[in-house]
Amino acid sequence: MSVLAVIAQESALSDQGAWIANIFFYAIAAVAIMAALKMVTTQNVVHAALYLLVVLTAVAATYIVLGAEFAAVTQALVYLGAVMVLLLFGVMLTRAKIGIETDLDHEQKWMGALVAVVTGAVMGYSLWEAFGDVKLPADQMPQTTQQVSDSIFSTYIVPFEALSVLLLAALIGAVVVARRD
Amino acid sequence: MFLNQFLFLAAILFCIGIYGVLTRKNGVLMLMSIELILNSVNINLVAFGAYHQHIAGQVFALFVIAVAAAEVGVGLAIVLLIYRNRRSINVAEANLMKG
Repeated sequence: MSVLAVIAQESALSDQGAWIANIFFYAIAAVAIMAALKMVTTQNVVHAALYLLVVLTAVAATYIVLGAEFAAVTQALVYLGAVMVLLLFGVMLTRAKIGIETDLDHEQKWMGALVAVVTGAVMGYSLWEAFGDVKLPADQMPQTTQQVSDSIFSTYIVPFEALSVLLLAALIGAVVVARRD
Repeated sequence: MFLNQFLFLAAILFCIGIYGVLTRKNGVLMLMSIELILNSVNINLVAFGAYHQHIAGQVFALFVIAVAAAEVGVGLAIVLLIYRNRRSINVAEANLMKG
């Protein structure tokens, strides 16, 4: 963890480091996009879950490139740990077949593809217009866990407490909804 | 590094997620695609946090992660309930309220 943070830090400080960070980033992005495409096209539910695992890991790596260590670790713990187990339990409890399954997609796939492509075109154009040559600050420092905790427990204490209540409500709600009686 | 690198990665993942939500019939696969969409939003938040050198980006990404965890818990409970009542999680068949 700390090694990668140092790379992220170094990368911001020198030209050569920025080059290395770029290579890192493009490798991560390629893996994420390929895995995401496989996830939405595969005909095997368990494989889709495992491809999602790859995407989530790549997103955590992106956070590290951006110098957000705590978000990366939380991503690993919550998504790779908890959410993936939940989803795999969902696959198991709904008795999806382990193996190739037919009939996972709607017949009008091209409409979904059309919506996705049009959304992508609009977002790509507006991003290009708005942030065409905006660079990340060259002296970018990693945002430390200490800064995050100071911020959460001072400025953002009210949303944090609201989130705690939301999690409790979701927990109880999930139990009530899924209970058999 | 350009800010746009991260924003474009997020936009592409977002579109793939939209495609997944719109084309998948299986409830669990739809939830997975929603997770993909939420993650792409998180990349945006963290990238803007790094760009403005402000901690709020990362803090909001953490909040989104927590809300996504709550969402997937309740979502899976609903999918399980649909499965128990209809013996299938094909969302195209859950059309009881169709007029």
